[in-house]
Amino acid sequence: MKLRKVLILGSGGLRIGQAGEFDYSGSQAIKALKEEGIETVLINPNIATVQTDPDMADKVHFLPLNIKYVEQVIKEDKPDGVLLSFGGQTALNLGLELHDKGILKKYGVKPLGTSIKTIKATEDRELFKAELDKIGVSTAKSIATYSVAEAKKAAKAIGYPIMMRSGFSLGGLGSGLIRNEAELVARTSEAFHKIDQVLIEEYLLGWKEIEYEVVRDSDGNTITVCNMENLDPMGVHTGESIVVAPSQTLTNTEYHHLREVAIKTIKHLGIIGECNIQYALNSNTGEYRVIEVNARLSRSSALASKATGYPLAYVATKLILGKKLHELRNSVTGETSAFFEPALDYIAVKMPRWDLNKLKTDNYNIGSEMKSVGEVMALARSFPEALQKAIRMQNTGSKGLTDNIYEFKGKYAQEIEHPTFRRVFAVAEAFSKGKSVAYINKLSNIDNWFLYQIKNIVDCDKELSKGKLEKDLVKKAKVLGFSDATLAKKFKLSEVAFRKKRISLGIKPSIKLIDTLAGEFAAETNYLYLTYSGTENDIEPLKNSVITLGSGPYSIGSSVEFDWCAVNTVKTLKNSKKNTIIVNSNPETVSTDFDISDRLYFDELTYERVCDIADYEAGSPIVVSVGGQIANNLAVPLSESGFKILGTTPKDINRAENRKLFSAMLEKQGIDQPDWTEVTTLAKAKKFADKVGYPVLIRPSYVLSGGAMSVVDSDAEMKQYLDKATTLSPDHPVVISDFILGAKEIEIDGVASDGEIVVYAISEHIENAGVHSGDATVVLPAQHLYLETIRRVKKITKQIVKSLNITGPFNVQYIAKNNEIKVIECNVRASRSFPFVSKVTKINFIELATQSILGTIDKTKEYQTLELDYVAVKSPQFSYNRLKGADPVASVEMASTGEVACFGDNLTEAFYKSWLATDQ
Amino acid sequence: MPKKAKLILSDGKEFAGVLPKWVNSDITGEVVFNTGMTGYVESLTDPSYSEQILVFTYPLIGNYGVHKDKWESGKIHAKAVVISSQMDDWSHPLSDKSFRQWLMDQNVPILSSVDTRALTQYLREKGAMPGLIATKAPNKLKINLKTPLVSIAEPEVFNPKGKKTVVLIDCGAKDNIVRSLVGMGLRVKKVPYDYDLSKEEYDGVMLSNGPGDPTDYKPTIKIIKKLLKQDKPVFGICLGSQLMGLAAGAKTYKLKFGHRGHNQPCMDVTNQKCFITSQNHGYAIKEKSLPKNWNTLFKNLNDDSIEGIYHTSKPFFSVQFHPEACPGPTDTQYLFERFYKSL
Repeated sequence: MKLRKVLILGSGGLRIGQAGEFDYSGSQAIKALKEEGIETVLINPNIATVQTDPDMADKVHFLPLNIKYVEQVIKEDKPDGVLLSFGGQTALNLGLELHDKGILKKYGVKPLGTSIKTIKATEDRELFKAELDKIGVSTAKSIATYSVAEAKKAAKAIGYPIMMRSGFSLGGLGSGLIRNEAELVARTSEAFHKIDQVLIEEYLLGWKEIEYEVVRDSDGNTITVCNMENLDPMGVHTGESIVVAPSQTLTNTEYHHLREVAIKTIKHLGIIGECNIQYALNSNTGEYRVIEVNARLSRSSALASKATGYPLAYVATKLILGKKLHELRNSVTGETSAFFEPALDYIAVKMPRWDLNKLKTDNYNIGSEMKSVGEVMALARSFPEALQKAIRMQNTGSKGLTDNIYEFKGKYAQEIEHPTFRRVFAVAEAFSKGKSVAYINKLSNIDNWFLYQIKNIVDCDKELSKGKLEKDLVKKAKVLGFSDATLAKKFKLSEVAFRKKRISLGIKPSIKLIDTLAGEFAAETNYLYLTYSGTENDIEPLKNSVITLGSGPYSIGSSVEFDWCAVNTVKTLKNSKKNTIIVNSNPETVSTDFDISDRLYFDELTYERVCDIADYEAGSPIVVSVGGQIANNLAVPLSESGFKILGTTPKDINRAENRKLFSAMLEKQGIDQPDWTEVTTLAKAKKFADKVGYPVLIRPSYVLSGGAMSVVDSDAEMKQYLDKATTLSPDHPVVISDFILGAKEIEIDGVASDGEIVVYAISEHIENAGVHSGDATVVLPAQHLYLETIRRVKKITKQIVKSLNITGPFNVQYIAKNNEIKVIECNVRASRSFPFVSKVTKINFIELATQSILGTIDKTKEYQTLELDYVAVKSPQFSYNRLKGADPVASVEMASTGEVACFGDNLTEAFYKSWLATDQ
Repeated sequence: MPKKAKLILSDGKEFAGVLPKWVNSDITGEVVFNTGMTGYVESLTDPSYSEQILVFTYPLIGNYGVHKDKWESGKIHAKAVVISSQMDDWSHPLSDKSFRQWLMDQNVPILSSVDTRALTQYLREKGAMPGLIATKAPNKLKINLKTPLVSIAEPEVFNPKGKKTVVLIDCGAKDNIVRSLVGMGLRVKKVPYDYDLSKEEYDGVMLSNGPGDPTDYKPTIKIIKKLLKQDKPVFGICLGSQLMGLAAGAKTYKLKFGHRGHNQPCMDVTNQKCFITSQNHGYAIKEKSLPKNWNTLFKNLNDDSIEGIYHTSKPFFSVQFHPEACPGPTDTQYLFERFYKSL
């Protein structure tokens, strides 16, 4: 059957367990379909994604992903096929529902790829076990139960401890280790409120956790693109584990036995396209259990794709359309066929990124349910280097494994035994206290190989503490992944001075290509990383190029919207005949796809690494304003080191970021702002609060998404906050400002060129000021603002843009009350609302921002953004249902993990759809 | 303390690394690279690496230590090993010694801390070539390589009670070929490469893998020529495939840098089915030289080279890859059954 039009179901707002990886997979699917001349229709309310861009699908519906709206779209657009495996568990579950309710049949829409029957066999655990039994493949002992009483009986039969799981869930929701009957009763009673079926399974404590990514075509040709091993053994969800690719501790026999079982299983199930299979493995006995098969693209497949360079989602789409693996080219090498298995000559380490402190939970434990909000991937030629890179990529402030930013107060053993998100630091702490590999292995079941590697890092750290700054020692430390910042501290130098010294010793990283074939074929690849295990570079500097800094890991406050900004920047640069270079560390992104930039450095967004890259790509200017705050924070140090920053000057960026300088500037201009002060003592803080009256807002300087920001209502709370959250000192002042109740919040997103506004959009928040702008419901165009207010906001914005001499993107936030307008803050960079305002106004703000950065913008053109024939509402996507004990009240501290937006003829309609689309 | 040393290729190009203290003489061999990510024990004990210096492109070698059960012959055949990292720590419940210790016990030098990716790319561009591992460059670089030959001296029988007998002509056979045949209940008689078969009783013949240039195996080719005149099944693996080709009248040639790894994609051209295969060879059969009654069985999807041949009417077939795996993928183990059924 020749397909004419295909519907793709997206995954909606980013949430824990389902993040940006599906923008990658959906975008690749759309490109692959379009290449075949097939018309594409996409439903996805996630407006910040690349896949919903106008140049992607032929038609995009920003609608809730539920039966009602999908049926409407099917009726209207009449697709003849639907893709269910590119929008995560959301799309898969929705697809099953569409099938079960007869909607697909009614409208003649064919589910493409893996059959519904097969999907059901992988999702229903009883069916799954039965299918695998048929071919002699082992699964964990498991009993399906439908009541608490049945669960009790099953647990007794298997014997405690047991593992509890629920069918049809994503990210391990509702599963966990149960040690005794009391726990079982409590947990199953809770679970049966939401689901019908709970599985009681044998608990595979300490077994290795391994997975394989498998690709199969309709002719039965099958490959495993890569395997991965979890550093954290069974008991910690793979999304919460540190994961390495390829496996490190498996013998050839184990590796290929599991590979053989994977191929046998996937052939038997009849999967077409891509899937992953997860195992528990006992290396003592060689026994294995298949844990699950995901018959769809997943977080793991996004990781596998970025770890190996194999374009999984693209290839999977082609296979679903009936192509055979050997007919497809390997788009990385351009020479070889897609029927091959990548050979890596490096190691990839994935590390999750958590934001538990922002979610107001005191429970730092990780386990069989996902809590992390994003992830990073580090590439290197040894595990220690990759691990230390990954730690820095997390962007939590730590400069490496031995730069421990957490305090264990002697209780590290507890966190090793009952894993928390900072377990790897606890392991390092134990080694530094002289504990043995055997001791830590006994507590954690982490394989000794990983522990030896970590110990090597700690041992070197000790050596550095005693050692002299000389070549062999520095080289050794760099090979083990130590940062300049850490080494500078050891040798009592500034980072900049140490860097100079290191380079003078001839110690520089090598740039290596990822070519999927370990160098066996000359590949036309653009995919790079830096390592100290090497002596030669694989490439030459790229002429006429611009370096764009990406966003790093998704976290609360820095999400898929900054990836959208980076991708659109690169697109615009390409259109301006520039060669493009991207630096990013996040495998869940589109910006790190093989076909986005001319050169991709999958590496750290740290001062050190960006300098390494910019040094090598000599003369390439850097864009820091589209990757969110991580990239923006590098503007000043990079500029001080002599690198050219495009757009607003770092000096002016600093004038916006530095509270004092910014405030002084506003005062000079006569622009109003909430009363504020900077204090270094509790007494001064109390004095200020006396003057303006409680409540007051407290925050440190250089804020992203209100990190450590809080509203306090009394002297007592003030003391508590200052005691707990900060160390007050002249070096670390805290900013306190008047918290205005009952005010309206207004945002302006815009682009300027040489201090003149080129385009702007005014949006209003539905919630009163005080809810973090990232957690607010935002309306565009503004519906309830007086013309006078708009006029004044615009006037002030003009003044600010002029004073900061902005060139490029900016965002200003205001509060309005009783006709008074006060400025809260100004970001001289693209904000999280850029994709929203761009798609609503149909004017690509990033394209204009990039043009103004390059100086190619047409300043005479006028843009109309106030009067539109429709209203759009953006709503925050929260993940509270995944976090037990977290407090779901929106506040000054951002807590949402994603966002959605929908359109309507009026505010009510847009708001209703948008709210439905968050599925909350 | 390890000592600084280098790998010097025959064209003069040098790569720096370090050698263990115990190594006290220079080593020469043909420098080849393998892209497998596991199976270092199986690879190094594969006799096909005889007289070669083996470069592992995967940077972390030795992670799971060494266990006696994983050997493919009685000893390490490679002359030296070149790797990226220094791997001293290992972990696996079934292993009993470290990779480094094993190499020392077997007196096989290991050059580590080498930029193996740069070396691999160099070999890819220039082709596999002789190399010398030394602490000092010699005044005049001249590397003479020995012609490798690995074979048993006297015949040996495995599974004597097996119902049917397969003669395995040993040019350096991997043990897993024997294990695979015995695993199907066959009696296996392993014989030297120049063993006269005219008075033997057997049901089929297996031609083993082995090192070097197939045209050097003149006595074996002569024996195979006789076999091809009869009707008993013959199955060739790797070098065995090249020898079958030569005996049939085809020609062989040397590949630029060979196929060595676990991810070589091959297609059965008779039914378009694709498999990932384990390979280790430097020579191949010229497709155009195939005589009448012989066809291509498998092709390499990367470079279109011949990966197997078959006779159109008699039960003779061969593959250039390793269906017995160890190391590498097990996709093509079914070929042993195909052979078994033809007996």
